[in-house]
Amino acid sequence: MSAQRGGIHHNRSSLKEREDHSTMGIDSTTKDRRRTRAGRRHPLASVALILAGLVTTGGAYALFTSTATAGTANTAIVQQQLVEEGEALFAANCASCHGANAEGTGEGVSLHGVGAAAVDFQVGTGRMPMAAQGPQAEQKPVQFTEEQIDALAAYVASLAPGPEVPDESLFEGEADLANGGELFRINCAMCHNVAGAGGALTEGKWAPALMGVEPKHIYEAMITGPQNMPVFNDLNLSPEDKADIIAYLKYMEETPNVGGFGLGSLGPVSEGLFMWIFGLGAVVGVTVWIAARAN
Amino acid sequence: MRFTNAAASYIDERTSISGAVRELGRKIFPDHWSFMLGEVALYSFVVILISGTFLTFFFDPSMSHVHYEGSYAPLRGIEMSAAMASTLDISFDIRGGLLMRQVHHWAALLFVASIGLHMLRVFFTGAFRKPREINWVIGFVLFILAMAEGFTGYSLPDDLLSGNGLRIIDGMLKGFPIVGTWISYLLFGGEFPGLVVIPRLFVLHIMLLPAILIAALGLHLLLMVINKHTQFAGPGRTNENVVGVPVMPVFAAKAGGFFFVVFGVLVLIASFFQINPIWNYGPYDPSPVSAGTQPDWYIGFADGALRLVPPGWEFVLWGWTFSFNILVPVAILGLFIVIVAIYPFIEAWVTGDKREHHIAERPRNAPTRTAIGAAGVTFYAVLWAAASSDLMATHFRLSIEGVIHTLQALLFLGPLIAFLVTKRVCLALQKKDREIALHGYESGRIVRLPGGEYVEVHQPVSEYERWRLVSYEDYAPLMIRPNDQGRITLGMRMRAALSRWFFEDRISPATKGELEQGGHH
Ligand code: HEC
Ligand code: HEC
Repeated sequence: MSAQRGGIHHNRSSLKEREDHSTMGIDSTTKDRRRTRAGRRHPLASVALILAGLVTTGGAYALFTSTATAGTANTAIVQQQLVEEGEALFAANCASCHGANAEGTGEGVSLHGVGAAAVDFQVGTGRMPMAAQGPQAEQKPVQFTEEQIDALAAYVASLAPGPEVPDESLFEGEADLANGGELFRINCAMCHNVAGAGGALTEGKWAPALMGVEPKHIYEAMITGPQNMPVFNDLNLSPEDKADIIAYLKYMEETPNVGGFGLGSLGPVSEGLFMWIFGLGAVVGVTVWIAARAN
Repeated sequence: MRFTNAAASYIDERTSISGAVRELGRKIFPDHWSFMLGEVALYSFVVILISGTFLTFFFDPSMSHVHYEGSYAPLRGIEMSAAMASTLDISFDIRGGLLMRQVHHWAALLFVASIGLHMLRVFFTGAFRKPREINWVIGFVLFILAMAEGFTGYSLPDDLLSGNGLRIIDGMLKGFPIVGTWISYLLFGGEFPGLVVIPRLFVLHIMLLPAILIAALGLHLLLMVINKHTQFAGPGRTNENVVGVPVMPVFAAKAGGFFFVVFGVLVLIASFFQINPIWNYGPYDPSPVSAGTQPDWYIGFADGALRLVPPGWEFVLWGWTFSFNILVPVAILGLFIVIVAIYPFIEAWVTGDKREHHIAERPRNAPTRTAIGAAGVTFYAVLWAAASSDLMATHFRLSIEGVIHTLQALLFLGPLIAFLVTKRVCLALQKKDREIALHGYESGRIVRLPGGEYVEVHQPVSEYERWRLVSYEDYAPLMIRPNDQGRITLGMRMRAALSRWFFEDRISPATKGELEQGGHH
């Protein structure tokens, strides 16, 4: 019966589903294809992979340190300055809620392990510093410069390891629009709407519209899962999949609507209202005019 | 001239059609704008037929799987049904196809909307009373058929949105005890979604439903000609005549022009505003559901009814699942629809009125009926609003629970409040009319009398206006009288009680005597 109810009360039960996703932080709707592919891997394969990984990174590290010792020393100093600057900014703007060492208080969550990506997303989209307690952090005009955001991110990242700010190269270049569209419909549309127009969640929360969001922030949203949004790690959606989704969203944003004005991409509700108010309104106006002329 | 004469008599000698044409040509149309709403429905139906025929040339009603290879890049290579692929082709690769699709869909929305408004006009002016009860029922059938046409059409492209709609229908069917699952399997030819439902819906959509619709429409128009139009009261407008313009030639010319106005408005809307962008929704796949999934507006009330059911109305008893979360809303909607269909008979029974009525009543002059109508409209509107509960939540920054709970309360309180307020407003308006008929309008001119007293001069109303104000029927509650066996049955008691409820509060129109007196005042 439960599958069936999913169909009937599509709105409410899918809301519940969304909550489940977000609390678990995993994505159960990702295509089965992916899961079976992962499941078929031989147990020893992982070990082999890790070994290979260690050998190559170790090798690369050795190479890197030997050729650019001077450079790293420099970057380390720059990095240290950045962290210190971030610490100061953090103490002034964020510590009241997140605690002096970002360990969390009653007002705000702990930021240990959220990573630079989370800070870059939250501050870069104007969500943080949060202005007022509400069901969800509101988006405001961004309050910090690019450098200050980097500093804050560096500081939070220095506390505990977490997802890094993604490199531009991850979502630039060729992408598979069809794959992006399909993955978007499967993984994101239940909260954000198929056209990315946004949707309601429970308890006054909402999934925002996705038009006009920077590619970097879309990527960060997926890897950090802000608030009620689930985390889509690289096993759920590979970096290429993420790039495809971003390309699809950008395609939707940049191509003009086919067939005329989209009425907010809200589907049948805005279409019905439009017909009642403007369509029927125009036609009734004409009838009144004709009848008035006749008298 | 000679040629047309010859042609006309050639046809008439073989069909004796001239009698019918003469009869039809002399049909009179009253000219009040609200009498043209039915015409709007008729003309949008014609637009639907024209654009729909175009679409059938290119639509492939098949659920066999294909890989889309058309020109919409973000879907290229995706697996979908032939129905979806051909709808995409109509939208992107066939010249004029997208315009026709949009004209067809917008016209469908206008069709059902204008039928709804037309029904409200007929209801609130009492134009459903004898001898037009049957035509009300036929009109009601047309309304249901229009919704069925709309729903089947909405399902045909086999996109994600319409697939979710079908899934709801499947769930509703399966909610019926014992037979539900069987009916669902019958409709879908096996487990949902199966491979046959689109072709089946296509047959319903382009053959069976339109055939019944056109037959019912013909009957509807025929009865309208036989019964003649109603008209609003006025000097020279009585229960025995119809005042207006004859069909030939004035009305026919106007109607022809009006058809093109409706067509024009629809094409204009279709050229500038997108409707049902299936390429955004993607092909149907049972797993994803988009936020903001809604049916077209005319099915919204049913979707809203399902959304308003509180959680936990599903029980398992003796190994059976009873889905009251489905059965209760379906029963309530069914009851609502049946009441709408048989309302003329209910009212006729309550009033005990067996006379023919050809004068359209002003809504205020039938306060209880108008109040019932307002309550019904409110009930429908709340259900309708509930279908967009999620959008109300996001757009007005509310919590969805708050919206749902408010609407749940409004579903019961709203009609009650609407009833009481409307009835009071009607009675107050009647009172004002009576006042004006007796004493004229307040002219705003204050005059000081020789004795020092100030009075406002009242402007008497014209004959024409007064006629409008005083000529309406005045019903009184029915008296209970024992029948020929000298008994009072339960039915009679009920009828008397309902009649009292209908007509207890009433304002009688100013009588002749009162009017004469009022003049000397
Ligand atoms: C008014 C209190 C408040 C202030 C000031 C504030 N935050 Fe927050 N922050 C919160 C709350 C509450 C949350 C949790 C929101 C949620 O997830 O629902 C949060 C969440 C976050 C997150 C996301 C954590 C995660 O789990 O992904 C980051 C990152 C963050 N804040 C960074 C900052 C930074 C950087 C600043 C200073 C520029 C700041 N915040 C200022 C209240 C605050
Ligand atoms: C469970 C529901 C849910 C799902 C599934 C979901 N999101 Fe979100 N998403 C949210 C919520 C809630 C927010 C708002 C978080 C906030 O305000 O901090 C959000 C925010 C975002 C933002 C930031 C928007 C802005 O205006 O800054 C982006 C980008 C985003 N999501 C992309 C995605 C993508 C891409 C997917 C699919 C891979 C996805 N989301 C899946 C709920 C969801």
